Amino acid sequence: MTAPPDDCLARNDWICGAYLSSRRQILWDAVLQHLQLTAASVLLGLVIAVPLAVAARRWRWAAGPALGLTTVLYTIPSLAMFSLLLPVYGLSASIVVAGLVLYSLTLLVRNILAGLRAVPEDTRQAARGMGYGPVRLLLAVELPLAVPAAMAGLRIATVSAVSLVTVGAIVGYGGLGNLIYSGMNTYFKAQVLTASVLCVVIAVAADLALLGVQRLLTPWTRAVPS
Amino acid sequence: MKTFSDAWSWLTSAAHWSGENGIGHRLTEHLWLTALCLVLSCLVALPVALVLGHLGKGGPLAVNISNVGRAVPTFAVLVLLLLTPLGTHGEWPTIIALILFAVPPLLTNAYVGMREVDRDVVRAARGMGMTGRQLLLRVELPLALPLILTGVRIAAVQLVATATLAALAGGGGLGRIITAGFNLASTPQVVAGAVLVAVFALVVEGLFEAVQRLAPRWARGGFG
Repeated sequence: MTAPPDDCLARNDWICGAYLSSRRQILWDAVLQHLQLTAASVLLGLVIAVPLAVAARRWRWAAGPALGLTTVLYTIPSLAMFSLLLPVYGLSASIVVAGLVLYSLTLLVRNILAGLRAVPEDTRQAARGMGYGPVRLLLAVELPLAVPAAMAGLRIATVSAVSLVTVGAIVGYGGLGNLIYSGMNTYFKAQVLTASVLCVVIAVAADLALLGVQRLLTPWTRAVPS
Repeated sequence: MKTFSDAWSWLTSAAHWSGENGIGHRLTEHLWLTALCLVLSCLVALPVALVLGHLGKGGPLAVNISNVGRAVPTFAVLVLLLLTPLGTHGEWPTIIALILFAVPPLLTNAYVGMREVDRDVVRAARGMGMTGRQLLLRVELPLALPLILTGVRIAAVQLVATATLAALAGGGGLGRIITAGFNLASTPQVVAGAVLVAVFALVVEGLFEAVQRLAPRWARGGFG
């Protein structure tokens, strides 16, 4: 009969190196799932938001419903949103992605539309004068000029999505949220703290990465000396 | 569609409205929790924001706090507080977590509102011999009210949403109907709970909208 080990796991410390080394694989899988869910939902949101915003810019009547509907969706609490999608998707990762797409739409449509509306009329007329058709005007002039505003929305949407993924634990697809949920039930302090800190690290890293992408996409904003 | 008719019959059955786990009790819990936290977080955030806004200091701090608030998962904070010694004190972990998440929008909006008051108006008031306190209470506060109210509205809706998550960490409120539904593997109950929560959040949003519409002209930001 050996004495119980006296390490930080046995003492249930908040910070525990032994936890990190022994559960490396579990943590890695959770981080991977977290990243996949976030990336899938933000990219899908972007794919849906761009045409919506372009439509709202082109036809005045489309702006009200597009903005109103996405704002109402944003009001619905996350736990309720995931639960409402249950009859449609069943217990699957798609629930989490669908819910997060609906949330990101609000921020993305709003910001892309603001970006498109901020394109100076002079610029559009100059492009028309150079013989740009409506499609080329949109793709080569308006959308690129809307990038800074759109990226601001994309950054907020991504950071929010990273934190909302944790709620997906209710259907078993919450990435790091799964670890927090099971850690709560077993009173496992190191697991809860490690997973929470990793969530924040992912959010900050994603925000910085998107900031980098924004700088690459808009070289003209750096060329102007301020 | 069958799920939704099942959810409807779950909602309309009288047995689910009464008792400790009934809708009535959960609704009261949710309302009480939200209202208490809204009042507490206003008491914490507004004086700080008003004074900082009046002095014109700490602007980046207010904005940064707001951004950090977005990156920290609510659920994680709830569970973390639950596992601290505070966890043995009933609702306190939930209340503290909720206040932490309601303070940033209140702080940011009130600060920005105070700073956006026309500087000429402030200088005119100073020229009339107003003291700092008079200036704050009689000029800046009324003019900043529309943005402050917007902050309160954002905070209120966020509180309703976050109070739902309390159920995941073993707390009360409407979210409990959803988590209980998951434990019973009863999809109608889950959907019924979700509908209740969503309607509640939309009603709160609508109420604030109505209050802002009915408020006197100066409180809405219309200066025409």
